[in-house]
This record gives sequence, C-alpha cells and structure tokens, in this order.
Amino acid sequence: MTILEFSFVVWAGSLIAGFLGALTGLGGGVVLVPMLSLLLGVDIRYAIGASLVSVIATSSGTAAAYVKEGFSNMRIGMFLEIATTLGALFGATLATRVSSRAIAVVFGLVLMGSAFLSRKPRSKNERESPPDPLATRLRLNGRFPDVDGIRNYNVQRVPLGWTLMFGAGSLSGLLGIGSGAMKVLAMDQAMRIPFKVSTTTSNFMIGVTAAASAGVYLARGYIDPGLSMPVVLGVLAGSLLGTRVLIKADTKWLRRVFSVVIVFLGIEMLYQGLFGRI
Amino acid sequence: MTSDRSWTDKRMELFIGNLLRAGVLLSALIVLFGAVIYLMRHGHSRADYRVFRGEPSELRGVGGILREAVALRSGGIIQLGLLLLIATPVARVAFSIFGFAQERDRLYVVVAATVLSILAYSLIGFAWSV
Repeated sequence: MTILEFSFVVWAGSLIAGFLGALTGLGGGVVLVPMLSLLLGVDIRYAIGASLVSVIATSSGTAAAYVKEGFSNMRIGMFLEIATTLGALFGATLATRVSSRAIAVVFGLVLMGSAFLSRKPRSKNERESPPDPLATRLRLNGRFPDVDGIRNYNVQRVPLGWTLMFGAGSLSGLLGIGSGAMKVLAMDQAMRIPFKVSTTTSNFMIGVTAAASAGVYLARGYIDPGLSMPVVLGVLAGSLLGTRVLIKADTKWLRRVFSVVIVFLGIEMLYQGLFGRI
Repeated sequence: MTSDRSWTDKRMELFIGNLLRAGVLLSALIVLFGAVIYLMRHGHSRADYRVFRGEPSELRGVGGILREAVALRSGGIIQLGLLLLIATPVARVAFSIFGFAQERDRLYVVVAATVLSILAYSLIGFAWSV
C-alpha cells in the first residue's frame, strides 16, 4: 500500500472505531489497536502509541459536552487521578520492558474482560448509603441532577477504588487504551458512585491518565507522526459524531454486537500473542 | 456542600471544558496542516509499519520537534500538533489548582499539585531528551 492509501484506510477505520467507541461507551482504543496490528500488520508498539494519543483527543474533545450535563465530580476525579497517573507511569515503563507478545496476550485478556463488563447490568445504587468517614474527610461526596430532582450520594470503599484505579492506569499505560470500562467499574461498583457520575468523571480522568504515559511513549519513539495523524483525526471525528448521536440512539443492540466483535478480537489477539506472528 | 461551592465548581469546569475543546481544535488543525504536506511529499512512497524502529531522535524531544516544525517538515508539524494535544489534559490539571485555590480548598490544591507533578515527572524525561 502507498502512504496515501494506507492513511485513508487507517483514517476510515479510526473514524468507525471512534464512533462505535463513543456510542457504546467502551472507547476507540479497544478496537483500534487490534485493527492496526491484526488487520494492517502494524507493529503493536506503534499501534499503542497512536491509540494513546487518540485517547487524549477523545477525552479532551468531548469534555465540554460532559461538563454541561453537570454530572462529573472534579474532586473524585482529581483524587483518583493520583492513582491512575502513577499506574500509567508504571504501565508505560512496563510496556518498554516486556515483549510485544506479552502485550498482545494482556490485550486479548483485557478485551474479553471489557466485553464481559459491558454486558453486565449497571448497578442501581438507589439507596443512599451512610457516609464513609474517609470519603467525608476527602470531601468526595456530592450531588447530581437526577430525573426526580437533585440527589445526594455518599462515596464508599475509597481504598479499594483507589487500588482499582491504579490497576486501570497501569493497563492504560501498558496497552495505550483509555481503560474507561475499568475506571467505571471502580467508581460504580466499588465506590458506589452513581453510574452517570462515574461515566462522566471517568471521561475526564482518561485524558490525564493517558498524558502521564505519553511522556514515556514519546521519549521511546512509540509515537509516529505518519501513523498517529490519520488515527487522531479519524477517532476525533468519529467520537464527536458518536456523542451527538448518542442522545437519540437506542444503543442496546449495538452494545451487544460490539461486545461480540470485541470478544472475537480478544481471542485473535490472544492467539497471535501466544502462537502467532506478533 | 453549599450551593455557592457547586456554582463555582460548575463555572470552573465549564471554563476548563471549553479550554480543552479549543486546545483539541487547534492541535487537530496543526495535525491536518502537517498531514497535507506529508501526503503531498510522501503520499506515493510505501507505507511500512511492520518492523518497529522507533522514531528518529529529532522527533523524540521538544527541541527537535520545534526545529523540524519550523523547517516545515511534515513529521515535525504533526508531532507539534500531538504535543499540544498531550498538553491539554495537563493544562486542565494546572488550571484546577487555581480553581481550588480560589475556593480556598487547600486539600485539593495539594491533590491537584500532586497529579501535576506526576505528569511533569513523565514529561520532563521526554523534554530533556533533545
């Protein structure tokens, strides 16, 4: 393929990845890296470098739209970003030490895990739990506009959530993904933060987390301008389009199809990592 | 939480949100400009990313990228756009330090400053590699 053709194919694929990622809430990175490495034969280190940059573009580009909804909690986000950025530094450093095959294996497992998570029904967190003293001291408890007026929520199990966030950050740094699914898991399931607050706060955190690994990636030469260019422009356009459509579309069947695709990509990634040519 | 605090929170978040969007827009334009030059000059060469070589040293550090961009070389221009993109979340953390300081929330000034120093640690390693 000539560079012109290659750039167009990557741009179109990234557009679709960004669009589906925004619609399903799983982010573009999870399909982007398998697409680049399995279908187009790009070395996985270039693929995760380009993906990481596109993750930042999506997070920052859609931030204003999320803020207007008024769900995100800046204090929760900032406090947990200590964990995710430390994790990202650890993950990115690890990425430069382990083999491409090991990265592919972990990637395959994470793909299957996030497909499983996306099928899980979101928790209700209806009951107002009693305040956790640590969360109160850290001023994490908040309120958000729900269907029937303003609702208060009390954050639970802060140390567990923090630890999970370190894990999410490590995966983000190791694989060049946003790891939004794991961030939402930590906030929604472990810390009992309402789902809408979790997803919007997670979107904010993804960009900061990715920026922490970007320094390591840049210095190691993982971020290639020729490859990152179509990826960033495609994912950005796709995700902005996706957040526009999101409000109207019924995403239930789409999430189902998408999770099947992700399981398939996960198996392929795992296979290539264990026995194949990656 | 007083309504006063959530009002300032919201205003601060909106300002930051718009700042991020402007940053992303500007960096996308720079990347697009670099893309046009890149495709015009190299569009008909063969694309090859099968073997990892790592970027040349002039595209791994701030100084080198700036020099390449000023010389209007496509790789440098695109990389400059990507640098700006990476800077947007860093700017968000930096601005929220001011926001928390205005609210006299000392605890969160420290929290945000901690996050900023972790980011700085990661990026400085890269910035010094000329």
